[in-house]
Amino acid sequence: MQGSLRYFGGREAFFARLAHGLSGLGFEVKTASAATPRAALWLARGEKKILEEVPLQAVCGGEPLALLESLGMKDFGDLMRLPREGLARRCGRRLLDDLDRALGAAPEPRAYFSPPPSFAARLELPAAVAHAEALLFAARRLLAQLEGLLAARQAGVRCFTLTLIHEDEESKIEVGLASAARHAERLARLLQEKLSALQLRRPVEAIRLEARDFAPLAERSAGMFGDAGAEAEDWARLVERLRARLGHEAVSGLATHPDHRPEHAWRRVEPGEWDPREFRQPGPRPLWLLEPRPVPENSFRLLAGPERIESGWWDGDEASRDYFVARLAGDSLAWIYRESGEWFLHGLFA
Amino acid sequence: MSAALESILEQHPVWRGGAVACAAPAVPSGFASLDRELPGGGWPAGALTEILGERAGIGELQLLLPGLAALSWAGKRIVWLAPPHLPYAPALAAAGVDLAHVAVVRAPGRRDALWAAEQVLRAASCHALLAWFPSARYEELRRLAVAAEAGRAWVALFRPLQAAQESSPAALRIALEPDGDALCLRILKRRGAPAAAPLHLPVKRPVHALGRNSFPAPAAGHARDDRRLGVPVHA
Repeated sequence: MQGSLRYFGGREAFFARLAHGLSGLGFEVKTASAATPRAALWLARGEKKILEEVPLQAVCGGEPLALLESLGMKDFGDLMRLPREGLARRCGRRLLDDLDRALGAAPEPRAYFSPPPSFAARLELPAAVAHAEALLFAARRLLAQLEGLLAARQAGVRCFTLTLIHEDEESKIEVGLASAARHAERLARLLQEKLSALQLRRPVEAIRLEARDFAPLAERSAGMFGDAGAEAEDWARLVERLRARLGHEAVSGLATHPDHRPEHAWRRVEPGEWDPREFRQPGPRPLWLLEPRPVPENSFRLLAGPERIESGWWDGDEASRDYFVARLAGDSLAWIYRESGEWFLHGLFA
Repeated sequence: MSAALESILEQHPVWRGGAVACAAPAVPSGFASLDRELPGGGWPAGALTEILGERAGIGELQLLLPGLAALSWAGKRIVWLAPPHLPYAPALAAAGVDLAHVAVVRAPGRRDALWAAEQVLRAASCHALLAWFPSARYEELRRLAVAAEAGRAWVALFRPLQAAQESSPAALRIALEPDGDALCLRILKRRGAPAAAPLHLPVKRPVHALGRNSFPAPAAGHARDDRRLGVPVHA
């Protein structure tokens, strides 16, 4: 740890950061530092500054503790003054090994923590919650845990699920993101939009947060000459915020599609997905396309046409129409067509 | 005018009633005669523009298209919020708009639409917002105006002609009326001196240079080649 202290701004700053992060997860924090991990653990457990003053309860338990207490021992200092051989005979080899590890006389290899590839955590609410928005406070705690896991794996999530656990059933809230994200604050804002639209029919006893399929997410360095990625990132966040409240379908991009039938010549796509190389200039096309609706023959005056469109015999949606530009009453220009003797309004030249 | 007065007018930002207001950031409209009437020489950015029209299909979108096309090819994103009909992709592409920078947001309720408009305006990544508000109260528009001021987006709100009677926080209000094949603009409100006479703009209409007989053949080749020259293409 010594080698990293400078990066974290010193010992105190590091401990403060540790305490802040852990208490955010709902843990009670005690910190201590020592030359070996085990000594630090005992110091923290015993809440002492010097190893000699650590009470025996923090060092061992069970039979050895009962025996040592009956001998009048109180703290680690007393324990150190006992002869090693006698201690090993009376309390077993394990206690002596622990002491050696704490004092640095024996090595104590520790396995690195490897974070799991998915996340699931449950939080019991102290009291049943009947108001959806109040759930956000509890959910933030789980989202902070998720953020910690994602940071450890250098990953982000594209969706997560919050399960509301009622007395006898469960309901799920799915939150999807436009781009992989990690920050708890951003995830919480999306969840807030979902929760504000939710009507709780019965009180919630507990919540569970689940996320899997982590996507790799590299931290972006701040750009030196303005940040080109920042605008794209801001746009992705805007889209996901709109979708969180209005629904996924509410935000779309537009694209042209090579088909002669006007109603098939466009597509709803993800915003940004359009290849201009595929586009061929058609005849006059209206800026507003309407659902075709019949119009009486005397309600318009033809200005130009016809453009014949015959297509689609192969997919059962056959069109055989003559399109005209026409002026409606009120000077609107319309795109109308005639099919089997009937006139239909199909668009407006806005 | 005395030399002393001349130098004061030169040195100090004295606002003079006859002028069309100061240079504000603006998006060129693509119509020279309109740009001359607009403070800053184009559609005001970071403020509300109201387009008041009685009905659809009189060229109300053609009025905005040159500006939108230029923005989209400059890589700026454009949001269409709660349009009353389907914006037709082939017509937009033919008018020179890069569809990759266009997003359509559907918001069924008035409250949702206002909320979405505010979200879009608060985001720095959107440079133009076209929104349709059949009914909106002054306070709601005021809120949008404040959000618009924080950003740099060009905001065009489409509202019915009756709304001209109500007061509005918009920096620019234009009433549209059809005028044969042209479009008649009355500038009801702008920053600076009020506009005197209505403008007649030759917006693109599909009947230009067309007889009663037949449509011309579709333009050959790629529409994009023409667009590189900065010329909006329309059949």
